[in-house]
Amino acid sequence: MATPGNKLAFDGGWGYDPAPESTDHIDVKSRYGLFINGDFVKPEKGKYFDTINPATEDKLSRVAEASAVDVDKAVKAARAAYRGPWGRMKPAERSKYIYRIARIMQERACEFSVIESLDGGKPIRESRDVDIPLAAAHFFYYAGWADKLEYAFPGRTAKSLGVAGQIIPWNFPLLMASWKIAPALACGNTVVLKPAETTPLTAMKLAEVIADAGLPPGVVNIVTGAGAAGAAIVDHPGVDKVAFTGSTNIGRMIQKSLAGTNKRYTLELGGKAANIIFADAAIDQAVEGIVNGIFFNQGHVCCAGSRLFVQESVADEVIAKLKDRMETLIVGDPLDKNTDVGAINSTMQLDKIQSYLKIGQAEGGDMHQSSCTLPNKGYWCRPTIFTGVSQSSRVVQEEIFGPVLAIQTFRKYDEALTKANNTPYGLSGGIWTDKGSKIFNMTQKIRAGVVWANTFNKFDPTSPFGGYKESGVGREGGLHGLDAYVKLGVK
Amino acid sequence: MTVTAAKKSRRLPDLSRAPVVDEVGVNERVARFQSRSIKKSSKVEALKLILSMIDLTTLEGQDTPGKVQQLCQKAIHLHDSMPGLPHVAAICVYPTMVGVAKEALADHDIKIASVATAFPSGMSALKVKLDDARMAVKAGATEIDMVISRGNFLGGDYRYVFDEIVAVKEACGDAHLKVILETGELGTLDRVRKASMLAMSAGADFIKTSTGKIQPAATMQVTLTMLQAIRDHYRDTGRMVGMKPAGGISTSKLAIHYLVMLHETLGNAWMTPEWFRFGASSLANDVLMQLLKQSTGLYQSLDYFSKD
Amino acid sequence: MSADRIAVAKTYKIYIGGKFPRSESGRYFTLEDKKGNIIANICRGSRKDFRNSVVAARSAQLGWGEASAYLHGQILYRIAEMLEGRREQFVAELVLQGVASRAAEKEVDQSIDRLIYYAGWSDKYQQVFSAVNPVSSSHFNFSVLEPTGVVAIMSPDDNSLLGLVSNIAAAIVGGNTCIVLASETKPLCAVSFAEVLHASDVPGGVVNILTGFRSELTEFFASHMDVNAVIYCDGGKAVAKTVQVLAADNIKRVIARNRVNWSGDAANPYLIRDTQEVKTTWHPIGA
Repeated sequence: MATPGNKLAFDGGWGYDPAPESTDHIDVKSRYGLFINGDFVKPEKGKYFDTINPATEDKLSRVAEASAVDVDKAVKAARAAYRGPWGRMKPAERSKYIYRIARIMQERACEFSVIESLDGGKPIRESRDVDIPLAAAHFFYYAGWADKLEYAFPGRTAKSLGVAGQIIPWNFPLLMASWKIAPALACGNTVVLKPAETTPLTAMKLAEVIADAGLPPGVVNIVTGAGAAGAAIVDHPGVDKVAFTGSTNIGRMIQKSLAGTNKRYTLELGGKAANIIFADAAIDQAVEGIVNGIFFNQGHVCCAGSRLFVQESVADEVIAKLKDRMETLIVGDPLDKNTDVGAINSTMQLDKIQSYLKIGQAEGGDMHQSSCTLPNKGYWCRPTIFTGVSQSSRVVQEEIFGPVLAIQTFRKYDEALTKANNTPYGLSGGIWTDKGSKIFNMTQKIRAGVVWANTFNKFDPTSPFGGYKESGVGREGGLHGLDAYVKLGVK
Repeated sequence: MTVTAAKKSRRLPDLSRAPVVDEVGVNERVARFQSRSIKKSSKVEALKLILSMIDLTTLEGQDTPGKVQQLCQKAIHLHDSMPGLPHVAAICVYPTMVGVAKEALADHDIKIASVATAFPSGMSALKVKLDDARMAVKAGATEIDMVISRGNFLGGDYRYVFDEIVAVKEACGDAHLKVILETGELGTLDRVRKASMLAMSAGADFIKTSTGKIQPAATMQVTLTMLQAIRDHYRDTGRMVGMKPAGGISTSKLAIHYLVMLHETLGNAWMTPEWFRFGASSLANDVLMQLLKQSTGLYQSLDYFSKD
Repeated sequence: MSADRIAVAKTYKIYIGGKFPRSESGRYFTLEDKKGNIIANICRGSRKDFRNSVVAARSAQLGWGEASAYLHGQILYRIAEMLEGRREQFVAELVLQGVASRAAEKEVDQSIDRLIYYAGWSDKYQQVFSAVNPVSSSHFNFSVLEPTGVVAIMSPDDNSLLGLVSNIAAAIVGGNTCIVLASETKPLCAVSFAEVLHASDVPGGVVNILTGFRSELTEFFASHMDVNAVIYCDGGKAVAKTVQVLAADNIKRVIARNRVNWSGDAANPYLIRDTQEVKTTWHPIGA
């Protein structure tokens, strides 16, 4: 048991000098059009909006705001490509185009990581080691499926759906684009993709890659804009399939607005994952898992382990170690190679997080934040934990989408399980114990689409991802991710 | 604390309740340390700190007084053309060479460490081991690096291993005791953690990874596991224990990774030669080359640094 | 039947939580044959009957979902045995509701065979649809199917027995529990099928069968927040829209089974998969 006197000191003393990743090789244009039918084109209404660096509040570029007219052009281009070259292409040839995209992304990985961190605020360590390599790996994985679909669905034929309308969030901009585009193309569909309003730049770079890879015009169209552009995609009669990643509320609206149409849909929505630490767990690794679960990508992760359940007998130890670990997290310049926690993605998101910090305290929660200093400009939130909260607290029930962890304790196994499942969400969960049979028992009983045992927040192109209950419909990744982009027929 | 009080407080911990360690999780944490980018003044500071933490070591059957004298000269004069360098923490030699080292280091504040207790295998009677340690202390060693009886440990005879450390500690008198776990023979991180707990409870002032005679020697994974054990021991008892990874740390880059790991696991209090050592022979020259590169901007050649 | 004996008419009740109550509403509707003769009074199931069914289905789901695949198969096989034993009754009921006798015999036979078919899938569909995923990090990673949970089913009017049986079998063999609305025009077999279920070791609450007006009940089937999936058969565009809009409130899985050839392609494991969730589990590989 920890004694309060024997504290470790992490402040003062030796520190790390700034180690910023260079930006001199980065080519960000001052303005981006819409990528429709293989070309960057001006938006019909001539409107553009700023995209800013959330770490400095500096403007990075202006991107086009697509109107319904632009979306219509994009859908028509996608339809033409589907009826034309892409639809007629042999699957093995389609496959090679997708491989090309993967290869070019690998070659330009450094450029992509820097832009991802500039535009979205995430630490360069994560964009460099996670986002960009995984994005390329997704294209690599799905490329190989294009000419093997007959083996994915025993007893059935798999045919493409047509035009896929895809709407992605701002937390993993390029990675989410890859999750959507790669399987869609592999299955023979064409695509109209809308990146998030605050993080359009890597999608624009991806458009360049797609053009460089020589894909026939119209196979992938990328339109930037806000909610209205997304709605125009969802509502367009020429779209056969809608794939959305974002909040449960928007997902619900999309499901409603698709009602009565024959459009297929997959939804990756919110979460409030339980991360459960048993007394017999490898505690030091579990603490690392907690940190990775909630502070990875500033907590802007739908599968974040935002609800921590610690068995009472180790709760003091775990929380003390967690607090120590939080002191070693470096918060600041996303481009610094040593940064662990970057900038909050937007001022809107920061407001939301801060409102939850107030709510948590008003509910009687005990808030603790790491003692790091924050930059003067930009949007920042210190790594934060709440203790003394309960199932009825809003910070326990609602998705905050920030570096904010709600901690509860439990005594027995079934109590942990009941509380873990006591949520409308069901995207992910974590469990930490050294006992094998308990792992299998718990992982089976947690009602969530992804369960990490003795690890957290791991992703792989071969591994299906998606939620139960209000966390969504359908899976992305792996063999099961193909399902979202084919219609099955009787052989 | 008096010696008897300290001895009384030593109890063999219940190792069946030792924390478990997940190897993959440890690997991931180590990868995070390795991804830290240490530049400019923080690098210079780190390199100097590393130099000051080195136990400059020669542990060979062919060691002679001449060889040990040369090593001591190196310890005193790391690279005199560079002003402001610290000296290494200690010289580490076999017991028969302690006297030579003591003479060579006469007026210098460099400690003399000696491996004892039938190093490196530890395969001898307790009496022989105690005599070995006493002899080294008598000859002037201020630090004793003992090896644990791995066979007994692996066989589950923790009591034997524990009592042996307690006895050696007593034999050391005022000399500091470093307990070598020889982690390369323990097999799993779980056992490394157990052995660390055992050694610290038995009175170790330092715990040390390896003899350097067995592969793998020090790894970051093993060292992290031991650092975490030290941290928990400190939390439980308030007693600081030092850490010495030894063997296989020959580059500045790797040593800096160790320093990052130390910094983020135990914090500032351990960032001194009093609490952290590198057991190494060729590390010093690489650190010197890096320091010179930092000040001149030129990549260096070993031809310009003394090899002893 | 001899003339000096008064036949005992059967009361057709609904089936909730392993019991046969009358509708909580106290209401009924009259089922007539082609000539307008009254065949039976049928319970006009209400929203509260549905609510009670969901409670029963939810409380049964955990146990049923965790029962072994082998047991699921055994119980489905048992249902088939029981149905076989009452074959003539079901044929007669279909005929009574206007199905030609040859067609009625065929439908009952196929229903029995369909149960056998899905009984056989109980311990096989998982092997067809699961995967071990070769992730590039040092982790063991696998994806398996797990039941979606509570499934609300509006079964079809044509093939009132075979459609009902196919929908139920595919849902429960995968560990789901269900609430089924019987065909409005041919409800008799559904009620009798509940009696078969009751005699077949199916735990109470695993299958709940209601009769009533689809137009009245659709919205509750689609909107109940404790239902995980809704299946509707042969709904028109308006029904589809209603169901999807209401289902969205808790992101229900919506499964449309329109113009299904129940005697043919309704025998396939993809019907099971429709009400399954894919769960992916990760664990480190180390020492």
